[in-house]
Amino acid sequence: MSAAIHVKGLEKSYKKLEVLRGVDFDVERGSIFALLGSNGAGKTTVVRILSTLLKADAGTATVNGFDVSAEAADVRNSISLTGQFAAVDEILSGRENLVLVAQLRHLKNPRAIADGLLERFSLTDAASRKVAEYSGGMRRRLDIAMSLIGNPPLIFLDEPTTGLDPQARIEVWQAIKELAENGTTVLLTTQYLDEAEQLADRIAILHDGRIIVNGTLAELKRLLPPAEVEYVEKQPTLEDVFLAIVGHNGTDSTPAKTPMSAKTTMSEKITISAQKTKEQR
Amino acid sequence: MTTHFFDDTAVLLGRSLRHIARSLDTIITTAIMPIGFMLLFVYVFGGAINSGSDSYVSYLLPGILLITIASGISYTAYRLFLDMKNGIFERFQSMPIARSSVLWAHVLTSLVANLTSLVVVVLVALLMGFRSGAGVLAWLAVAGILILFTLALTWLAVIPGLTAKTVDGASAFSYPLIFLPFISSAFVPTATMPGPVRAFAENQPVTSIVNAIRDLLTQQPVSGDIWVALAWCVGILVVAYAFAMATYRRKIS
Repeated sequence: MSAAIHVKGLEKSYKKLEVLRGVDFDVERGSIFALLGSNGAGKTTVVRILSTLLKADAGTATVNGFDVSAEAADVRNSISLTGQFAAVDEILSGRENLVLVAQLRHLKNPRAIADGLLERFSLTDAASRKVAEYSGGMRRRLDIAMSLIGNPPLIFLDEPTTGLDPQARIEVWQAIKELAENGTTVLLTTQYLDEAEQLADRIAILHDGRIIVNGTLAELKRLLPPAEVEYVEKQPTLEDVFLAIVGHNGTDSTPAKTPMSAKTTMSEKITISAQKTKEQR
Repeated sequence: MTTHFFDDTAVLLGRSLRHIARSLDTIITTAIMPIGFMLLFVYVFGGAINSGSDSYVSYLLPGILLITIASGISYTAYRLFLDMKNGIFERFQSMPIARSSVLWAHVLTSLVANLTSLVVVVLVALLMGFRSGAGVLAWLAVAGILILFTLALTWLAVIPGLTAKTVDGASAFSYPLIFLPFISSAFVPTATMPGPVRAFAENQPVTSIVNAIRDLLTQQPVSGDIWVALAWCVGILVVAYAFAMATYRRKIS
């Protein structure tokens, strides 16, 4: 079976600014692939090209086996895009938003689909409230719920947790993990390193318009010299403290189970950054 | 995908109409300015204006209706701008729907919203003494001209709606359109105006449209104005539509 996403030699410039200068990568079916890069690295441009909103200047990209420029309609049938800013209709209620998308996807029983997703994303209580009154986390969850309607095999998430508080972030992570468990391919862009560590099966770093590294977390770690044993006093991070005090089970949030793993990655990161400074010296 | 064009347009039209139903203030504010002008001109300036007709309200109404439409379409641009801005436009465009239905839904919504505002303005005019003995056919003709004019200006409004960088930019384009009826036969007969102004007034679209509507409402024989009016409306419609579609295609590439 071919890859869910296949990108080769992708180039795109805005006037004189070369944003993408030959991007190549493949995403395996059913995996979570993180595209990591700083602001302005071109992550969103890649996502926009893959979701047929933008045409590339050069190179090829296929999504679910369809060419993004020649078979755009088929691509749109295979994907769902969750943009950088929660693209929800603020004037409509949560349920109305979901029904709207279900109708536009020409599905039967839009109401039943909406109710199922409201339940799954713990939004049932807020279902008939205007989205304008939702918190950032609820908005994001609704946004992702809207993307799941019609069970597209591929989902693009462009910086899904930017601007969210720690609890909402964990809720969104949980939702993304569940997606992958159910076999959906997820392409995720993020500027948060821990987000990529937490979620991704493979990570690619986009820098200066090219993918400079692409591999699993373990492979990326191997790029640096083997870990030295260092004794680092393990203080709780501010996030640990915050979450411990506030608790994860807010009235509208799904239970999160991540604080332990969050801690391990935190300490790993400290070690890596310690190595980095040594190397630079 | 065109097979779904009507379904998708209907769904998205339902969405925008819900927006309007939940923010009725847009209908009211659209109607308030023209009603204000109507009150001002009838009760303040009207006594001094010699329009050559018995009822100044009846003389004034056609121009006021055009001002209503000109101010109403700024909301069309505004709504479109908001959809562009908050990403829902892109969400729709990345979905397997008939893409142009997103635009058509806005255009049809504009039509519904403006017609509602027009009805409000006509009701106020009735309270102020506007009367017309026009028959059903004449009223239908008036409605037809107003719908055509609304569509023409709506497609014009689509352009700033798609391209504006700020909310103000999206709605500011309508100000000159609101002003245009003042330099026309809408408020005073053009005969009193000095040469160049009169030349402009008599050859700009508003005058012929106003005259045509006025003739229909006052049961005058319809002069050649109606053909000039229709030509203007259709002309603006075709040009605005072409530019709007070109802008749209550039936008979604």
